[in-house]
Amino acid sequence: MTDRLLDYDEALATFDPVLGLEVHVELNTASKMFCGCANVFGGEPNTRTCPVCLGLPGSLPVVNAKAIESAIRVGLALNCTIAPWCRFARKNYFYPDMTKDFQTSQYDEPIAYDGWVDLELDGETYRIEIERAHMEEDAGKLTHAGASGRIGDAEYSLVDYNRAGTPLIEIVTRPITGTGAKAPQVAKAYVAFLRELMLSLGVSDVRMEQGSLRCDANISLRPSSTSPLGLRTETKNVNSLRSIEAALAYEIRRQAAVLSSGGRVTQETRHWHEEGYTTPGRSKEQAEDYRYFPEPDLVPVAPSAAWVEELRATLPELPGIRAARLQAEWGFTDAELQDVVNAGALDLIEATVAAGATPAAARKWWLTELARRANEAGIELAELAITPAQVAAVQALVDAGTVNDKLARQVIDGVLAGEGEPAAVVASRGLVVVSDDGALSAAVDAVIAANPDVAAKIRDGKLQAAGALIGAVMKDLRGQADAARVRELILERLA
Amino acid sequence: MAITAAEVARLGELARIRLTAEETETLAPQLEVILAAVATVSEVAGDDIPPTSHALDLVNVFRADEVQPSLPAEAVLAAAPATEDGRFRVPRILGEEQ
Repeated sequence: MTDRLLDYDEALATFDPVLGLEVHVELNTASKMFCGCANVFGGEPNTRTCPVCLGLPGSLPVVNAKAIESAIRVGLALNCTIAPWCRFARKNYFYPDMTKDFQTSQYDEPIAYDGWVDLELDGETYRIEIERAHMEEDAGKLTHAGASGRIGDAEYSLVDYNRAGTPLIEIVTRPITGTGAKAPQVAKAYVAFLRELMLSLGVSDVRMEQGSLRCDANISLRPSSTSPLGLRTETKNVNSLRSIEAALAYEIRRQAAVLSSGGRVTQETRHWHEEGYTTPGRSKEQAEDYRYFPEPDLVPVAPSAAWVEELRATLPELPGIRAARLQAEWGFTDAELQDVVNAGALDLIEATVAAGATPAAARKWWLTELARRANEAGIELAELAITPAQVAAVQALVDAGTVNDKLARQVIDGVLAGEGEPAAVVASRGLVVVSDDGALSAAVDAVIAANPDVAAKIRDGKLQAAGALIGAVMKDLRGQADAARVRELILERLA
Repeated sequence: MAITAAEVARLGELARIRLTAEETETLAPQLEVILAAVATVSEVAGDDIPPTSHALDLVNVFRADEVQPSLPAEAVLAAAPATEDGRFRVPRILGEEQ
């Protein structure tokens, strides 16, 4: 990594960022888009293929009705117009992950277009305009043979076509302006919203780590909000909410450095690396020429108005409405709710509350202690090795006075380390609060005796000095005491 | 519609067909004749004839979302020039920097 980067604040003081997001969602239909092969993740390579998804000569695709239904429902949920008539098109390119040397996609006739979503972020509303949501098929999966696993130094590549033909919806925004320094957060909030939306529609399992929701993040910079759009880069391989934010912040800093030194941004595809930087991929200078043309093997899709209305009636409570309902039930402020939504913690908190915790306690654990651990591990909250029920159990131990907050964090350590249920961790690690006043008193007396100066101050009425003694007692008892009780004992003795 | 040798070269590149300078020169006028022949269709079609991409006057030909048996992996891979670990083995992919 040799990119020069401008300081983020300086970059934003000098330039106005413009975003564009392309999100691919794999649909969770039982079978593939154009054939009856099972649509499931992983499995033994090349065990779910047939003449159609292998692109064998003479095979003919037939459209999966459920995939069309899902596409229409997604379009409706994104406030799009549903095309009364549209076609599939061939996108021609040569790459070994496509058996047919073309991808069956949609070109100038997407099934859904002209939609919008409103996002709430830090008390501001950002309207994201949706240009289109179109249907297409996924490609096979390449594995590059070589020391690094990267394509550049691979001697050859291996292809598994199990994923080839999986139905996809690609959702494309119009250029998103007016987000300023919040651009990376808006992008993250948008993808988090789409994830929630797909879950509520039940059309995809949207597991970013498995690639069933993938984001390509476009960004360009311009001198001011009234200047024409600058040249953009498209960062691919951004496979977590955190990465979206990080990759865009990186590109803002990198492009700002290029532009500030009088350079020109190269319009290109870039790859995001989890280590925290992007590298150039295919240059887009030679505008891709996919020679799209209508797919002659498929007839047009013409959803009747009646069918569209029937599907509209199946739309569930959409995320914004659900979030508002949960906010009312839980008594969260707008800011608290937004933090929860943006952290992707709505489901986790709902499940934790269902398991018996109070909403406030559930929010506290997921958004502070657990968010910190997910952050450190570079993973999503939902990927932590702790379930909402276990979080509720930890809180129950706190409520019962078995452990204090500090010990509860050690219980979480244990659960995350695979030591079992919270109660088992408490037992195996011996993490019980010392509630025996005899043991506490002895520890308090010892600390007072060892710190006569501090004790004198407290006797003189400087009660805030008690903190030092409480800390010392807690340290002696390895944190296994109720700090409030320790304070009481100290003040009793030094009254 | 004049087709230049450079356009033929570009088409060859997109189709991954290696063409010599001599071939692009020969093909350019030939493609021009083909395009002109196809273009005569639009002279026949009046404004009342919408462009079509399909011979059949059908829409919404769908299948139910039901899983059908796939081919056995051995049969699928038997057709491949090279395989490894149950996967198709393909030559080094060029033209990508990553």
